[in-house]
Amino acid sequence: MMGLIPLAVGDPTTPTAASSASQMGATPFIVLSAILFTIGAVGVLTRRNAIVVFMCVELMLNASNLALITFSRANGNLDGQIAAFFVMVVAAAEVVVGLAIIMTIFRTRRSASVDDASLLKY
Amino acid sequence: MSEALLPLHTVAPFVDPTGADGVFSLLWLVIALPALGAAVLLVGGRRTDRWGHLLGCATVVVSFVLSVILFIALAGRSDDDRSVHQHLWTWFTSGSYKVQFDILYDQLSALFLLLITGVGSLIHIYSIGYMAHDDRRRRFFAHLNLFVASMLVLVLASDYLGVFLGWEGVGLASYLLIGFWQQKHSAAFAAKKAFVVNRVGDIGMALAASLIFATFGSTSFKVVSENAHNASKGTLTAIGLLLLLAACGKSAQFPLQSWLLDAMEGPTPVSALIHAATMVTAGVYLITRSNFIFSIAPDARTGVVLVGTITLLMGAIIGCAKDDIKKVLAGSTMSQIGYMILASGLGVAGYAFAIFHLLTHGFFKANMFLGAGSVMHGTNDDVDMRHYGALRTSMPVTFLTFAMGYLAIIGFPGFSGFWSKDKIIETALDQNVVIGLCALLGAGITGFYMTRLMLMTFFGEKRWEKDVHPHESPKVMTVPLIVLAALSALGGLLLVGNWIVDWLSPVVGSEEHVDTTLSPWVLSALAVIVVAGGVAVAWMLFGRRPIPREAPTDVSFVTRAARVDLYGDAANEELFVKPGYGLVHGVMAFDDGVVDGGTVGTATALGHLSARGRMVQNGFVRSYALTLLAGAALVLLALLVVTW
Repeated sequence: MMGLIPLAVGDPTTPTAASSASQMGATPFIVLSAILFTIGAVGVLTRRNAIVVFMCVELMLNASNLALITFSRANGNLDGQIAAFFVMVVAAAEVVVGLAIIMTIFRTRRSASVDDASLLKY
Repeated sequence: MSEALLPLHTVAPFVDPTGADGVFSLLWLVIALPALGAAVLLVGGRRTDRWGHLLGCATVVVSFVLSVILFIALAGRSDDDRSVHQHLWTWFTSGSYKVQFDILYDQLSALFLLLITGVGSLIHIYSIGYMAHDDRRRRFFAHLNLFVASMLVLVLASDYLGVFLGWEGVGLASYLLIGFWQQKHSAAFAAKKAFVVNRVGDIGMALAASLIFATFGSTSFKVVSENAHNASKGTLTAIGLLLLLAACGKSAQFPLQSWLLDAMEGPTPVSALIHAATMVTAGVYLITRSNFIFSIAPDARTGVVLVGTITLLMGAIIGCAKDDIKKVLAGSTMSQIGYMILASGLGVAGYAFAIFHLLTHGFFKANMFLGAGSVMHGTNDDVDMRHYGALRTSMPVTFLTFAMGYLAIIGFPGFSGFWSKDKIIETALDQNVVIGLCALLGAGITGFYMTRLMLMTFFGEKRWEKDVHPHESPKVMTVPLIVLAALSALGGLLLVGNWIVDWLSPVVGSEEHVDTTLSPWVLSALAVIVVAGGVAVAWMLFGRRPIPREAPTDVSFVTRAARVDLYGDAANEELFVKPGYGLVHGVMAFDDGVVDGGTVGTATALGHLSARGRMVQNGFVRSYALTLLAGAALVLLALLVVTW
């Protein structure tokens, strides 16, 4: 995947793995990231099953990771990749806590619907 | 009355006081002894019950002995060296304002010292017998001592602030003593009334002291008297009128007279102390002491004269209609103090006579109040004169001593009141005929109501209640009566060779004697004739006819008005109490509606608002997510707009 993304434009000295014919701009990656993010967001808003909502959240996180890495590649530095690492770590921790909560709710209420877990209000 | 009728006189130069050495270094003890007595008796509590009354008497008697010694020492000095100054301590300092707690002992204070401690001692001794059966007698003596100590502070202070301290002390002590029988609702009420009315006068005192400080930068008599002529006339008049308001409160002058008649609720020795030696004399003292202000503020003096004249007539009229023996005497006190205030308002010519009348009045009024107490003591504390009659046979000593006081107050030739009242009428007539005639008329009414009192109490037939067996009081009560009777009869000796006028002239100034329009002898004769007229009318109405045991109801309008203190209480009720209630209710309504309504209303409105806003927290995670997304979208949009 890294090879598909050109390094800084107009930097002929930098060797690239991909041939110039297969070189693609950053735009398709950003578009893909946006599509994934939108799918995730719509999923979070529309689905009732907590597991599915969770998966959608993961999708959104990964969409943002993709965007980060794309920019990292485009700018020729590693800042975006470092940020992506942090997002992954946070996502992993979040999965641990979130799944545990969902499990507990399911055990007590026999339902994984987020709409059913609406006692914490006003 | 125009200013021209109150000519300017020579103002007394303030004599630079000399330090207190020799016997004068004991000056502070005169105050300290009664104060110590009060402290010991109040702090000591029940442990001092057995000997408390003896200690209470001892402190005042020793004070009196000291006063006599000091007086003799003062009289031994030369005429222009009779002002002694004892520095005790610096009371407080604030910036350039320094108040010394100093004693100023001069001719004026000396006379007051003798009166307060002398008459005070007799009243203390009398109280041993009068209060013998009261189980709170020790407390009574503690309060009496406090009263005397406060009054001594008042007359010995060298500073208006020091006077104010004594002034308030007297107010407190009078409150405690008038309400001494606090279990009686009327006594508690009378004490409160006296306190509240006195507060009105105290405002005058506080404002006067403040104005004096603002004008002269100091409140000590020395500084004020030296600089008084530099102040503007308006300021001096304002100070004078404020001091007059203060005097009206303490001396029960119109329009602050209403507390005095109710103050009769206290034990009779208290009435004697308030009316003769302390309290009501404070106002006269204040005006006389402030002569350096009044002498150059004729407008303020006019106010003083008017107040005095109105009060002397009011008091006399009230005294005519009362059946309560103590209230008749209270009315007469109002009237006599009116004479003193009137005299002190006449300027340099009158100050000395005001003090002279104050002294003689102190003797005969203490005498008559204690006599009235003795009568009550023998008649189961009945105060209604319609239940007396023919007491002269069963209480001969009380009768004879009371008669001395009676002859003194009506101004029977030769008795003390004759000399002092005559001088006031003479001086008043000399300055303003109308005022003088009012004073003369007052003397006639005095003759009427005092004769009425004598006839109803000691003459006529017996009208006693069935279980009353009048008896003479014990020696401890009659001896003070005899002493006071002697003083009432002989008090006029103070005027021999114009002694009192010469004695006081370094303090209050003096004037060249001017020939009066009428010779003094003609005037005296005139006064005696007017008084005789009053006595004769009283004899016609009360001496020759039987006196009904119930007060007649078909009486003239004047009598009805006088029975209710000339509508003094009703006027206060309508002018101050009711508007006061209205104001309080208005303030309360404002507080409830606007202040409380504002805060509570705001809180309620915010509560309702947050109850609405809270509904956003509906518990549905997905709606939160939507909000989140919308927010994020909004931020993005905003960024786009900004960076466009």
